[in-house]
Amino acid sequence: MPIPAIEIEGLSKEYPYGFLSLKKKTSLENLTMQVESGEIFGFLGPNGAGKSTTIKLLMRLIFPTSGTARILGRSINDVPMHQKIGYLPEQPYFYDYLTATELLDYFARFHNLTATDRSERVQRMLQKVGLETAKKIQLRKYSKGMLQRVGLAQAILHDPEVVVLDEPMSGLDPLGRREVRDIILELKAQGRTVLFSTHILSDAEMLCDRVGVIVGGKLRGVGTPGEMVGIQSQGMEIAFELTEVAKRFSLLEKATKTGAVYRVQLPEAELYAGVDELKAAGARIISVSQIKATLEDFFMNLVDADRAQANAVEVSGK
Amino acid sequence: MTVKAILRMVAGLLILAGLAGVWHLQKQIDVTQASVRVEQDQLTLRSPGTLRKMSLEYAPLMAALYWTRAVQYYGEKHRLHQTNLELLWPLLDIATTLDPQIIPAYRFGSIFLGQKPPGGAGQADLAVQLLQRGIQANPEEWHLYQDLGNLYYFDLHDYAKASAAFEEGSKNPSAYIWMKTMAAKIAAEGESPETSFFLWQQIYDTTKDPQIKKNAEEHLILMRAQLDLKAINQLADQYEQRTGHRPTRMAELIEAGLIRGVPRDADGYPYVLDESGRAKLNADSPLVEKEKKLDRR
Amino acid sequence: MRNVWVVATNTFREAVRDRVLYNLVFFALLMMGAAILVGQISIGIEESVIISLGLSAISIIGIFIAVFIGVGLVSKEMDKRTLYALLAKPIERWQFLIGKFAGLAMTLTVNTAAMTAGLYLALWTVKHTLASSDVYLLTATYLILLKLTLIVALAMLFSCFTSPFLAILFTVGIYIAGLFAMDLRRLQAVNLTPATMSMFRAVSYILPNFENFNVMATVTHGRAVSASLVGQCTIYAILYGAIVLTGAALVFSRRNLK
Repeated sequence: MPIPAIEIEGLSKEYPYGFLSLKKKTSLENLTMQVESGEIFGFLGPNGAGKSTTIKLLMRLIFPTSGTARILGRSINDVPMHQKIGYLPEQPYFYDYLTATELLDYFARFHNLTATDRSERVQRMLQKVGLETAKKIQLRKYSKGMLQRVGLAQAILHDPEVVVLDEPMSGLDPLGRREVRDIILELKAQGRTVLFSTHILSDAEMLCDRVGVIVGGKLRGVGTPGEMVGIQSQGMEIAFELTEVAKRFSLLEKATKTGAVYRVQLPEAELYAGVDELKAAGARIISVSQIKATLEDFFMNLVDADRAQANAVEVSGK
Repeated sequence: MTVKAILRMVAGLLILAGLAGVWHLQKQIDVTQASVRVEQDQLTLRSPGTLRKMSLEYAPLMAALYWTRAVQYYGEKHRLHQTNLELLWPLLDIATTLDPQIIPAYRFGSIFLGQKPPGGAGQADLAVQLLQRGIQANPEEWHLYQDLGNLYYFDLHDYAKASAAFEEGSKNPSAYIWMKTMAAKIAAEGESPETSFFLWQQIYDTTKDPQIKKNAEEHLILMRAQLDLKAINQLADQYEQRTGHRPTRMAELIEAGLIRGVPRDADGYPYVLDESGRAKLNADSPLVEKEKKLDRR
Repeated sequence: MRNVWVVATNTFREAVRDRVLYNLVFFALLMMGAAILVGQISIGIEESVIISLGLSAISIIGIFIAVFIGVGLVSKEMDKRTLYALLAKPIERWQFLIGKFAGLAMTLTVNTAAMTAGLYLALWTVKHTLASSDVYLLTATYLILLKLTLIVALAMLFSCFTSPFLAILFTVGIYIAGLFAMDLRRLQAVNLTPATMSMFRAVSYILPNFENFNVMATVTHGRAVSASLVGQCTIYAILYGAIVLTGAALVFSRRNLK
């Protein structure tokens, strides 16, 4: 059993604030989590939940109040270990006066690559993220999406074993998002581990082997997307139209109407009884489909519960 | 042309017209202010010590600026025929405090602080103080001894100290050779026109400062006249010996064969003899006025 | 060590492409031209005015660059988050810091050299020859350069733990205080206790004594700077700079980025 790519134990981060910095805001509380080697792990949560904080802690951009973490079995304090990891920060910004080629070359110099190898990789990466045509333009003229692509390129240029991406889809149009998704899948196919954070749930559902949900600084659950939402079906939904003004029947009371279409939800066991009732009422059945809870529902429930507890959700350390 | 282009042109012309108007108006304001403004010399910060602190590392530069200002100040006052030179000492004091090696400032001060108005500030003691500071900071600079000697001779009439200054300066191997002999001459005779003329000639010949040169030139012209008058008086004495009475007209000297023509002063006016047979400047000569202004002998 | 060099060369490249630098150097060259003009109206001291004005310009412009760009080296990267991707690379934080310092030091060296060349040009324009005493200008500008690198180190130190505005304020403040260190050391006042006076003396030794590097009065009048002074100043700058940069590295190593 290979060691986990990323191990986090009891990681916490508090920020002092207020007069004389006496009060403390907890932006991450006792996080314990593992990312297995070779999987795509999605880190989900609303804004300010602690996703970026966790990732910055992993990258040693900020320092934990307590707890430890390891990447590829080595402590996160181990600098040479960074040869094997790639990182894309949230909303990346790079040096105004360098071109994309120069930037990738600059970052690549910190890794043990020969000069020819380096320049070959730079060209390959630029092509991969679709910046071939813009490679000689200074970065200050780049759009947000282009910066995102450069950021991704520098994160994977050196063939890292572990890739950590903070909101990799942000700022990209649907085409760009598709390209990033393809790159992430390609990384997995090459046997690399990918950890990325997002609040776009559909991306997580599509890509991730496992997800971890974090709300209000606390980890609320880890598992496959399916596990998170529960496998049971939550019932059936019938969409129907009324061909003539019908007398009231029980299902009609429970139905919601949009335009000319009515929708009603029933437990699976009552499906056939419901169909018969509609047939008797002379309604025209348009569709019958299974209601599956989405990650979004799971998510929203958590968020509401959290807010109800009136703990501070919005934490951003300064 | 499109409407936009026309409008742009009009806007441009308006701007130019506005500038012309501002120019004209400013001229008016200058005239109004000149008639109203009381003459006021401004030197807000006078303390050399404070200024040295404020100059941080840039004291030599500040010294140069104050020295330049001193020169401009004197030149402007001189041009406007104003006699109040009260800021000259503070400016030179500051410049030499900020940079004790700014030699031209000492030399300038020795002449224009020492001379009586309107040619100078009439503060000979301060001039001595300035020079002594200069000598202390620059012991190799023997020109300062020359200036000190001139100062004692011309403005303070202290011939013992003048002689001592020339003597001290002559000890430097690069000094003018005449300084030693002049020290002795002054110690023996005190003041004499030949000595005065010589000293002024030295200043005139060796200075690079245009204002000092011009000042020396004015003195030399008067000195020349003094010497001429002395020579004419000697001829008149000879005439008296021969004829028994003093001549009262220049023509009498010519008739006696003592002089070939009527000598003229630097401005071209012929010298005259007064009733007692003494030579003097022609009453019409501008040298009369100049002599009054330069109250030195 | 290689990492330091990589960061340094990139910092140099970035500084060179930043237009602000060109404007400042252009302004300095303008000062040289002005020096010629000022020399014309100063009697008897044309040459020393050009030298003192030129050296002043080199010093002041250099201090501007050292303070503003020096503070920006770290704080701009922290603000704009360019630092994030970089620190995830196999590079220690202190290597980043020293690399930034070295890059700006290289930039300052190039600028100072360019402005010194401008000064020589101004002198040559007025004198049409160069005397052997004019080589002393080089010692003056070398000492100015040492001073500037020390200011950069201080600027970096302050920017590691305060806002850019305060860092600028503190750096300029220390510069001015450092110029008066000698006066502080010699301070004699009747109403101060001996304990206070020795405290002042101690502080005066700890402050960076920037006056050490000032040889304008000597060079302006064509005299040589003693070699031992140059040597001592070099060692002072290296030692003091190392202390400051070590402090900065310590602070920066534990700093939480935004």
